[in-house]
Amino acid sequence: MAALSDPTQLPARRLPNLWDVVAIACVFAALAALGHVARGTLVPLDAAEALAVNLDPLHLPLYAARTTLRMLAALAASLLFTFTYATWAAKSPRAARLLIPLLDILQSVPILGFLSFTVVFFMSLFPGKVLGAELAAIFAVFTSQAWNMAFSLYQSLTTIPSELEEAANSFRLTAWQRFWRLEVPFAVPGLVWNTMLSMSGGWFFVVASEAVSVGDTTWKLPGIGSYVALALEKRDIAAVLWAILAMGLVILAYDQLLFRPLVAWSGKFRYETSIASAEAEDPWLLVLLRQTRVLRVAAEAFGRAVSRLGGLRLLPVRARARGGAGKDTLWLIVSLLVVIIGLGWTGRFLRPILSPGEIATCVELGLLTLARVLVVVALSCLLWVPIGVRVGLHPQWARRVQPAAQFMAAFPANLLFPLVVMLIVRFDLLADVWLTPLMLLGTQWYILFNVIAGAAALPADLKEVAENFGLRGWLWWRRLILPGILPYLITGTITASGAAWNASIVTEVASWGSTKLVAHGLGAYIAAASDAGDMRKLVLGIAVMSAFVVLFNRALWRPLYDYTARRATF
Amino acid sequence: MDAAADPLLAVRQCRQSYHKDSAADLLVLDNVELTLRAGEIVGLLGRSGSGKSTLLRIVAGLLAPSAGEVLWRGAPLAGPAAGIAMVFQNFALFPWLTVQGNVELGLEAQGIGRAERERRAEEAIDLIGLGGFESAYPKELSGGMRQRVGLARALVVHPDLLLLDEPFSALDVLTAETLRTDLIELWSENRLPVKAMLMVTHNIEEAVLMCDRILVFSANPGRIAHEIRIGFPHPRDRHATEFRALVDDIYALMTRRGPPAPVSAPALAQVLHPVSTNLLSGLMEALAGPPYAGQADLPMLAAVLQMEVDELLVLGEALHVLGFAELAEGDLKLTESGRRFADAGREARKTLFTNALLAHVPLAAEIRKALDAAPSRRVSAATFLEEMESHMSPDYAADTLRTAVSWGRFAELYSYDEEEEQFSLEQPD
Repeated sequence: MAALSDPTQLPARRLPNLWDVVAIACVFAALAALGHVARGTLVPLDAAEALAVNLDPLHLPLYAARTTLRMLAALAASLLFTFTYATWAAKSPRAARLLIPLLDILQSVPILGFLSFTVVFFMSLFPGKVLGAELAAIFAVFTSQAWNMAFSLYQSLTTIPSELEEAANSFRLTAWQRFWRLEVPFAVPGLVWNTMLSMSGGWFFVVASEAVSVGDTTWKLPGIGSYVALALEKRDIAAVLWAILAMGLVILAYDQLLFRPLVAWSGKFRYETSIASAEAEDPWLLVLLRQTRVLRVAAEAFGRAVSRLGGLRLLPVRARARGGAGKDTLWLIVSLLVVIIGLGWTGRFLRPILSPGEIATCVELGLLTLARVLVVVALSCLLWVPIGVRVGLHPQWARRVQPAAQFMAAFPANLLFPLVVMLIVRFDLLADVWLTPLMLLGTQWYILFNVIAGAAALPADLKEVAENFGLRGWLWWRRLILPGILPYLITGTITASGAAWNASIVTEVASWGSTKLVAHGLGAYIAAASDAGDMRKLVLGIAVMSAFVVLFNRALWRPLYDYTARRATF
Repeated sequence: MDAAADPLLAVRQCRQSYHKDSAADLLVLDNVELTLRAGEIVGLLGRSGSGKSTLLRIVAGLLAPSAGEVLWRGAPLAGPAAGIAMVFQNFALFPWLTVQGNVELGLEAQGIGRAERERRAEEAIDLIGLGGFESAYPKELSGGMRQRVGLARALVVHPDLLLLDEPFSALDVLTAETLRTDLIELWSENRLPVKAMLMVTHNIEEAVLMCDRILVFSANPGRIAHEIRIGFPHPRDRHATEFRALVDDIYALMTRRGPPAPVSAPALAQVLHPVSTNLLSGLMEALAGPPYAGQADLPMLAAVLQMEVDELLVLGEALHVLGFAELAEGDLKLTESGRRFADAGREARKTLFTNALLAHVPLAAEIRKALDAAPSRRVSAATFLEEMESHMSPDYAADTLRTAVSWGRFAELYSYDEEEEQFSLEQPD
């Protein structure tokens, strides 16, 4: 199991540099601009009849289908973005200096905070039409996937072994042929793995984005997410359970029909010189494809067509690499201008509320949420590290548990929230404390399946040494297990904490019928600003949260990751 | 094969320098002249780092020379040319393509239609002895079979010039020998669709076995030091007296020391190659013992120790630098201090090694001097690295530093903290 590929695997960049500042300025100027447009168009809109959602479980298959279609549309958009953006960054080092930090910042912006902006923005593009809301939902899912995928492709494109590059050059492949014969195949394993992981995360966002309210207006797109939202309003526990069942089936189908076959297929492109010793069994769908004559013939015809397309002699043959110098200063000046204009713009937009008090409130709330995120991650580790290690050390268990953990990670935890919220309301528990476990629901699985992968990858001879020398108890953990799984554990906690920040926006506020539970935190601040349609507070809240995430990544996760990559790899 | 009057390839006044902003450009290749005619196999022979691979990449059109010109069939070479194909040291096969797909790659790039591609690929695959493996993926093949794919991929485009970049060095001895013999047999029988071959190698026997002409490179900067014509007919007998004599001569050429470095040369300009102190000790012990009694012939020593000659040369060079042995005319001879080292116990060896480092390795002496002067007893490695990089390429500087770290640790002259990249005197000496 490959480790998650994320920005931490890029060459260490810890201290924010100029390009980070440029990236931040760009993102928030765009946010402010979007919000500005949105504010102007926030006129009451009649919720179209087409958007009515019915709680009858018979409608669920149709809703599930629409939810899935949104996912696929977002996936297509993400792929399109990935192939253009990452390719551009990889081909032009000058552009990459801006594009890559931009991705990094975008990745740290809590997507759910975006939601009300984008809904209003897209609705204003297609006033009164369902299309606007559909696009907004698709966009939300897109933003949860695209950055990660683009990173993966960029990383692959920039780490192609030089001998393969030279072979491609010396046989005079055209740029088009190089791309499809060398660069894309080399990137496939990483890209497929990241795409599938991103898509797993995406279910959460598609569910969250189907029912959005901004100010007094509420949009409900037919889908599982809006079905659950309605069930919450109506306090219909049976409907919630139906929705969970339907979602479970959808995720199962996604897991079996898409995730597993694709990941197994991508193994063919892995750049290694020997056959991996312990290859997992082929998923049944791939076996079916290969063994069913009709399907095989169709698949082969498709493959040949794609291959012929990739072999076309388009674009010129690349000449010898020559460094271009000169325009760097121009780039620098343009970038500085962008920084000044962007920050100025954001500042002017925020000025009416930009008081030291408001910022202090935000930071204070941010610290509260930070504490929650840390507690959640620590709890997940305490809970799942011992279990994950036990499982990972037994290959036959790992084979069974690993898919289950991946399934649970893909399952949108927000569908499970009502069950917990119900309990909190029933027993009248303290929202500030008891809403926190909601974050745990979605984030813990990342830690579990990374720990399992880490324990399973522990070299057999080290385990034998430990046994031979009688390493037991705490010593066994301290000297063998913890250092051995550390890189995996860190990868898991990075993913989990990212997910937890995002989840805070939907978990710090929860409702059951007319009862509303609010915890104190930055997530709740953002959610409240979004509900009230206060674009300024929303931008401020998101900016502060992004700053927390970025600082946290740079100050803690990345140095930790670098350290383990140097010290605890085999 | 007629040795046509017009050369296929001509390299004139070629220089390749590595650009460095802090100091003068570092010269990798200096004033290289090379003419290649149809019908010959030319070998570029030299130690690692002598620029021979760089020259091959310039000829392949993968690198542009800093100065000078490359004429391919009389016209300046502007990039990879259609008539030049290359075989790579580590095969460089595309793992996602089958044998057939890999072999067709170059034809596809030329826009040749599918039927024609398949026919020609089939032909090359059969020629090179890969029949039956068409649908296999590279990772299913052994190293030898992979290099056959590499050869077929290059031959299928019917290049006039075939470039071989240490093509057999990643293979085991037996496999390499089979592949060499097969290639030479096809060449002698005129069955290869190529007019000339240019091969980079560091293996002297390989060069003598295959080439019509050998260009011996000297390092730092890379120059063609000698040109040797080989008149033996193919197939050649490794054990023939003349063959052995020629191999010995080339050894002598390659171990002949140039004029001593000028005294004014900067202290940190010395390049060291990472060699384990275990190997050095082992070699000195072997040399001191019977049957050598302090002096051995390199080719013979290489055969007995089952080492590639290049490895042995690096070892010998390290001993030479440290003053433990003298390397000359193909022989390695222990010095007085080398003998003492071989006879000494562990502690005495450390002392001897310390003395050798301080006397002959300016970098180690400088590090120790800086440490003695530093109140904190810690010195950052970066300063030395920077200084070295103004005299050599960053790769060499890193290698040299690594060697100084490992040798210094063995001698307990200083210790090194890899995390902080600092030398220190923490261990009392």
